[in-house]
Amino acid sequence: MRIHDDRRFHPASAPDYVPVQQLRSLQLERLRRIVGRAFDRVELFRRRMEERGLVPDGVRSLEDLGKLPFAGKADLRDTYPFGLFASPMEEVVRLHASSGTTGKPTVVAYTESDLRVWTEVMVRSLAACGLHRGDVVQNAYGYGLFTGGLGAHYGAEALGATVIPISGGNTDRQIMVMQDFGVTAICCTPSYFLHLVERGRELGANFSRLRAGIFGAEPWSEAMRRRIEADTGVKAYDIYGLSEIVGPGVGIECFAQSGLHIFEDHFYPEVVDPATGEVLPDGAEGELVLTTLSKDAMPMIRYRTRDVTAIIPEPCACGRSVRRIRRISRRSDDMFIIRGVNVFPSQVETALLAVEGTLPHYQIVLTRQKGLDEVEVRVEVTPEVFSDEVRALEVLKRKLEQSLEHTLGIRALVTLVGPRTLQRSEGKAKRVLDERQI
Amino acid sequence: MKLRQLSLFLENRPGQLKLPCQVLGHAGIDILSMSLADTQQFGILRLIVKDEERARRVLEEAGCVVKVTEVLAVEVPDRAGGLAEVLEAFELCGLSVEYIYPLSAGHRGKTAVLAFRVEDPDAAVKLLGQSGIRVLSREEAFEAMGA
Repeated sequence: MRIHDDRRFHPASAPDYVPVQQLRSLQLERLRRIVGRAFDRVELFRRRMEERGLVPDGVRSLEDLGKLPFAGKADLRDTYPFGLFASPMEEVVRLHASSGTTGKPTVVAYTESDLRVWTEVMVRSLAACGLHRGDVVQNAYGYGLFTGGLGAHYGAEALGATVIPISGGNTDRQIMVMQDFGVTAICCTPSYFLHLVERGRELGANFSRLRAGIFGAEPWSEAMRRRIEADTGVKAYDIYGLSEIVGPGVGIECFAQSGLHIFEDHFYPEVVDPATGEVLPDGAEGELVLTTLSKDAMPMIRYRTRDVTAIIPEPCACGRSVRRIRRISRRSDDMFIIRGVNVFPSQVETALLAVEGTLPHYQIVLTRQKGLDEVEVRVEVTPEVFSDEVRALEVLKRKLEQSLEHTLGIRALVTLVGPRTLQRSEGKAKRVLDERQI
Repeated sequence: MKLRQLSLFLENRPGQLKLPCQVLGHAGIDILSMSLADTQQFGILRLIVKDEERARRVLEEAGCVVKVTEVLAVEVPDRAGGLAEVLEAFELCGLSVEYIYPLSAGHRGKTAVLAFRVEDPDAAVKLLGQSGIRVLSREEAFEAMGA
């Protein structure tokens, strides 16, 4: 099958190509403003800077950013729900939220101007993948508190494409719509797309008009891209984003498909050593740290993404001046992303505790079957819960599965295992076993 | 009138059954009877031994999850239709049987002894006594198993 490719220039992409010197001075100007805003309006940022004797005026170069303290997921949790907002609610026009570790979500806010920036970077993202007016975009990211759905929606609409806001789920209807509406591009997780393709084959569907897939919200690999492209003729692009920074549209691949361009006029990337926090030179692998340069409602200074990557310093074949990062290969902490949902081991613990009353030893095993991510939780049987009857053990297994689904929002399979069979390690237990071949 | 059995949780993978048997062997504890319930995912091994408290201790020390439950040792006529008659009595008494496994055959000539697991063993002993079913004492059951 032919791989579709469209390299027409889109005017929205102009900021992707500004000369590097001009880009750096724009970044510095924006950085100084946003650090000032965070210091003036967000207690946590001010306190952390004051503790280190730092003032916003001390930021005189982009390198000075490296002296500022980090922020992380825990800060959103600790200041739940609105503690990191830098705008009064009168100026906040949208809230989104993502799953957190304690059952409480982490909340993010947008002013009108923030939404404009978000839409702008989404337009630039879709344009980088060769989408334009006339494309029919099926948006199968979930609509709601998750940023994926609305982010892609407004971006595609502003691009001038025809948007089908179908949201996630209901695979057979997705296939019918894709075929009958002549869909040319789809936004969803790559594993869900493979599932759609597989089901489409069973139904004898014809997707010949589909030419591009904008895939994100979970880690995937080059091998998976090759499989998608060879199987379907659809050009598969990797999109990156996180709600704490803006949502989808922080970065995207261009037609060269060799690393993701970060829209660094709005999101400044650094890569640091995850253990020491030391800034690493371009090219070195470490944890991605992002600073929002233009986000008013919720500025983020040096947010630790936990995503492991490296900045690619070499210029890209596409000519964009905004730098690229390597595809995210893994995370530097225990959190894992499954079918677009962030899951922490502590959530699994909450679910197990709710059923058993005490916390059994457990291990989370991630696998990918038929292109779909699966979560298996292995739970050691304790004398307290062990029953002589098969039925009672099956009831226990089902209760654990229901509690997990209730807490995580996704289905998980429970396997009961014998006592002391799960690996114990010194200090921190290896809770997550990622066996996904991606 | 009741027999105490040991139930063990087993994972459904090679080598799982051998471990508890070895542990009991090293401790010099003879397995008088046993049954194995299996599902796709896990199994439950049920054992009858003479010194169940010691057996439990050594098994737990070896890392097994052990539960002690009570079963009834019931005499069943060793001929065609024998078990059906006994089950009929259970049914008339309103007792539902969770599972059954054999303890011995050829006891006192033409009878077999089976372990019956019911929800309320004490109530069952009383009801069965009234309906002419013989429930063996612990000592009688051990004797029937040649221990």
